[in-house]
Amino acid sequence: MTLRVTRRQFFKLGAAGMATSSMAMMGFAPEPAVASVRHFKLTGAKITRNNCTYCSVGCGLLLYSRGDESINNVDDIYHVEGDPDHPVSRGSLCPKGAGILDFIKSRSRLSHPMVREPGSSEWKRISWDEALDRIARHMKNDRDENFVTQDENGNTVNHWLTAGFLAASASSNETGYLTHKVVRSLGMLAFDNQARV
Amino acid sequence: MTNHWVDIRNANLILSMGGNSAEAHPVGFRWVMEAKYRNNAKLVTVDPRFTRTGAVADFTAEIRTGTDIIFLGGLISHLIETDQIQHEYVRNYTDAALIVREDFGFHDGLFTGFEPVTGTYDKDTWHYEINDEGFARRDDTLQHPRCVYQLMRKHYSRYTLDMVETVCGMPRHKIQRIWDMVAETAVPGQTMTILYALGWTQHSIGSQIIRAAAMVQLLLGNMGMVGGGVNALRGHSNIQGLTDLGLLSNLLPGYMSLAQAEEQDYREYIEKRTREPLLPDEVSYWRHYERFHVSLMKAWFGDAATEANNWCYDWLPKLSEPLYDVLHTFHRMHNGEINGYFCQGFNPLASFPHKAKITESLSKLKYLVVMDPLATETSEFWKNYGEYNPVNPEEIQTEVFSLPTTCFAEEDGAIVNSARWLQWHWAAAPPPGEARPDVEIMAGLFHRLQYMYREEGGAFPDPILNLTWYYRQPAFPGPSELAREYNGWALRDVYDENRNLVCRAGEQLPDFGALRDDGSTSCGCWIFSGSWTEEGNQMARRDNSDPYGIGMTLGWAWAWPVNRRILYNRASARPDGTPWTREKALIWWNGTRWVGADIPDFPKQSPPSAGLGPFIMNQTGRGQLFARDRMAEGPFPEHYEPFESPIGMNPLNPDNPLAKNNPAARVFEEDRENFATFEEFPHAATTYRLTEHFHFWTTHALLNAIMQPEKFVEIGTGLAEELGIERGDRVRVVSKRGHVDAVAVVTKRIRTLQVAGKTVHQVGIPLHWGFKGVAKKAHLTNELTPFVGDANTQTPEFKSFLVRVEKL
Amino acid sequence: MRGDQINLQNIVARSASNAPSPQIRDGGVEEVTKLIDVSRCIGCKACQVACSEWNDLRDEVGECVGVYDNPLDLTPNTWEVMRFNEYEDEQGNLEWLIRKDNCMHCEEPGCLEACPAPGAIVKYANGIVDFNSEHCIGCGYCVAGCPFDIPRISEKDEKAYKCTLCSDRVFHGLEPACVKSCPTGSIMFGTREDMHELAAARTDFLKGRGYEKAGIYDPAGVGGTHVIYVLQHADKPEIYGNLPEDPRISPMVDAWKGVTKPLMSAAVGLAALTGFFHYAIKGPKEEPEDDPDERTATAAVRTDEESASPDSQEGDRP
Repeated sequence: MTLRVTRRQFFKLGAAGMATSSMAMMGFAPEPAVASVRHFKLTGAKITRNNCTYCSVGCGLLLYSRGDESINNVDDIYHVEGDPDHPVSRGSLCPKGAGILDFIKSRSRLSHPMVREPGSSEWKRISWDEALDRIARHMKNDRDENFVTQDENGNTVNHWLTAGFLAASASSNETGYLTHKVVRSLGMLAFDNQARV
Repeated sequence: MTNHWVDIRNANLILSMGGNSAEAHPVGFRWVMEAKYRNNAKLVTVDPRFTRTGAVADFTAEIRTGTDIIFLGGLISHLIETDQIQHEYVRNYTDAALIVREDFGFHDGLFTGFEPVTGTYDKDTWHYEINDEGFARRDDTLQHPRCVYQLMRKHYSRYTLDMVETVCGMPRHKIQRIWDMVAETAVPGQTMTILYALGWTQHSIGSQIIRAAAMVQLLLGNMGMVGGGVNALRGHSNIQGLTDLGLLSNLLPGYMSLAQAEEQDYREYIEKRTREPLLPDEVSYWRHYERFHVSLMKAWFGDAATEANNWCYDWLPKLSEPLYDVLHTFHRMHNGEINGYFCQGFNPLASFPHKAKITESLSKLKYLVVMDPLATETSEFWKNYGEYNPVNPEEIQTEVFSLPTTCFAEEDGAIVNSARWLQWHWAAAPPPGEARPDVEIMAGLFHRLQYMYREEGGAFPDPILNLTWYYRQPAFPGPSELAREYNGWALRDVYDENRNLVCRAGEQLPDFGALRDDGSTSCGCWIFSGSWTEEGNQMARRDNSDPYGIGMTLGWAWAWPVNRRILYNRASARPDGTPWTREKALIWWNGTRWVGADIPDFPKQSPPSAGLGPFIMNQTGRGQLFARDRMAEGPFPEHYEPFESPIGMNPLNPDNPLAKNNPAARVFEEDRENFATFEEFPHAATTYRLTEHFHFWTTHALLNAIMQPEKFVEIGTGLAEELGIERGDRVRVVSKRGHVDAVAVVTKRIRTLQVAGKTVHQVGIPLHWGFKGVAKKAHLTNELTPFVGDANTQTPEFKSFLVRVEKL
Repeated sequence: MRGDQINLQNIVARSASNAPSPQIRDGGVEEVTKLIDVSRCIGCKACQVACSEWNDLRDEVGECVGVYDNPLDLTPNTWEVMRFNEYEDEQGNLEWLIRKDNCMHCEEPGCLEACPAPGAIVKYANGIVDFNSEHCIGCGYCVAGCPFDIPRISEKDEKAYKCTLCSDRVFHGLEPACVKSCPTGSIMFGTREDMHELAAARTDFLKGRGYEKAGIYDPAGVGGTHVIYVLQHADKPEIYGNLPEDPRISPMVDAWKGVTKPLMSAAVGLAALTGFFHYAIKGPKEEPEDDPDERTATAAVRTDEESASPDSQEGDRP
């Protein structure tokens, strides 16, 4: 039998923790112990099926939340793992998907509307009504001022070129569809999503 | 993807090129590993770097960034000259036999019809020779000197092994080895799948690289086959869906397109898009264009859309430019021509090239509205973050609104994966604070505008006042309501040509075959028709059974079109309707109709004897080796150098300065002065993603920040030695447009290349990290990148540009 | 494998205790094994993230030191790391060998042997070696006892931490979090028997692809492990981030056991500890006898000439 001890192991032996270990040796040892497997943290969780919001593999997710949607509870997602039924992902996830809880619960999540006034170096919290009223007024003024009904050749064009819109390729079909419908009804053409970037 | 994720496991050879599939799509990559173990398949990677995909590849080869067309063009020539093509497939299922117009030509790096002043082509000559009946002439022997096959052969005869070696910087033996492996899949029982991503799209020649790949697959008979295809591994989770829904400047849902300003006549607009067959009897499914269009107009404008007003033709905006892509838009914004801009889950400051220009552009806006779950760099472009965002807020007069939105975990809805699967998901918890779903924000803005136009009047209010709003709670449009709307419903009873009832008034449409051009159907996105039928939400289906054992789970979710999983699958069978081989059987003719493991991509009862081509969306019914007028810079892919080239010339066309770079690329004169030469910036740079991060989101996710905390750049040991850089040193990467500082990862995985007699070092720059989030703060990578885009998609050239690496 | 396999009846060894465990209800408990096939690993770190997410661990946001590895090493908050190795063979062929490094769950666990705190380290009948933090006294002897340099002592609570092989999940019939997440099937989980069969099949596959030296890493020196590797170059484990070629429990551990076992009082304890460390400073020269119970505090060792080098390879790990 080959036995080796490294210098490093040796120093570890003499390092931190000696005080407590000596205490233990001096008769303060705990009772010969029972094992204690960590409590299973998913017991009783609500499971919701979803799909990963990152890439286009579309892996199946199981979102585990505390709370059962009863009226006095605000449900809270606390764990995410792969959906084993999903034909592509079969339960596995990549490092982004496996850590998606930290996106959902990111400290950077925004929770209320804000405005940064011209020239200011700070955000200011505002209400939804104020935000939407102000934005809609900007849009109306700009559209009325710059809407082009006919081009210089007399062609009917009915477009609004002084405003543009970037849509989100991580939003749902339903969001995309309604966004398209609204944006085109306003006559906007500078309209894109991440597909061509 | 023409095929789907699980189908990759049916391949015999996987070519991962123009993408780093293990890095960017690890879970989809599982099926590459399964192919290796189930089929004894081989994985080949071609990449500027030895990547994480390379770590498990059977063969890896290095290539100079931006030279993929040379490699693939050389491969096409190799396949033809060594006669390793799938003859029966090429003859029957491609346009190889069709004869091209006599006045078409290619000289000195340019195709006929180039107009240097505008950087565009007059494409009239890029067409087949048409006979008296209006159909393309053909020579099934493939011997006619102007048949597509012979023209293609001639075009790529210039792409010799020597040329490939000298332009790509790939060692000769590696080129030959890969070409030989690829050629083995020319037999019917063997298929190759090609997996690509932004490594192909983000070039000034990106679209043509992909076309070259498609041509290779057609020659090998690998399109429409199990384990075959050209598979775009797309980026965001619903980038496929938003493309399908047409959220692009010139598109409408379902790949329909808006009118140009000169298209004033509705009938002409429709007829131009109603593509009639170029060979007798072919399906040419786009000839039903008007059904899709009228149904969309009914969905959006309801009763206001009538035949009398051309279904509100003039209510849609018309384009005075070919399109208003993001480079064009920021060019205009930079010129002060845009007042308001909306970013819905989009971070252009980090995502678009030449950050300094983007900052200047945003600073000229009157108002900017950012809707996002996270605090993005764009939303704080006006804020000083020291060296990482050195702006003076006082000088920026843009009014900026930040609107908090829900994220995927807090809303119901469908997203479309790369394989075109529409998958429904469910909310698990309420959003933080006052955050709202985007649809409620859009509804809130729209209703305010509608109210103002109703009360105050204003510019062209008709489409705003008449836009349909079917939602029971107008302020809260429901995802299920919107999904039913894009599937479509019948406004009146719909009958087929034999007067059989297809669908009753008020019922959800079964599929797009039920669409009509007389105003009797409403449908928001024709290709999604079938996703929410009278049987309910097809996207929420969860039967994962695979009855044929080849990974076809037709009961899981729903794929467009009509739940088809492999496009062009008629090509998986011989012309006589039997599968090419038993192992590769997908659909087949059973004597009366097409049956099999997939939904046939073909008229179900059209017998093989009728001889229709399998590519039913094309006017020829055939795979197009010759793109006709559908591409901006030519019907055959041609190599052009990146706009910033480390060799400063195009070895293929050294004497024509017009043919050095893509002659039709998206480039503005003012940006040309910001392009560098290799004398000053000698290193060839490329940008990419890391598996630990997703763009700029995951720097906000602690776990991912822990896994890759700090910005780095990768340089090869050769360059490191030259510059005296050690692993872990801090370096500055400088381009003509800006610089980034980062930690140097010195690696053997980037090799020094010999290109056209020069030594070329490549530098790898991950695009992650910015000045927001919990990871270490950093310069945005797009400080460096050039403001130039592909000629067809206008996608910026993020993959090939010049830098200089300096030790700090 | 049965779900109800980790219960109090199924502890087969516990640290610093000779009290026998109840053994009656051990029917059906099968040993489990985690197989890590390095040839299939893309180094994506999904397993690292899944581990931290499941175990509610969040380490510091570190820095890049010029390699892909991050966190750079195991910590009390990072129970597994990927070790990236660029390896060039004699012909100049480059390979990127990426090894997931975590607790090996030894059949003869050195940590458990070394641990002086009763019940702080237990081994279950299914082979999982688990730390029971309640009873941990933070002495660090498990660190010295481990031939793979796995446990880490937290400065926050002075307790030792390492991979549990997700004993909480396995107890409930699930696979460990890292296993479930793995995108490429590089990490697999099952009974010891099934995993060895699978490992053999994968080794054959690699041999068929030209990796003549492919093999299974299941070191005998620690009685085999419940985490095994398939390596493309099993003859060179050191190229995989210094995987030890022949790991063994340090002789210090047995020496320590010999010293402490008979201690019954504080006074003797103090004296013995002093003596022990005097001994330790001189370096181990002798191997304890096989059966520690027969040893005495003062004369428990005999000479072993092979044990002299304090600079053996385990000490060189980054």
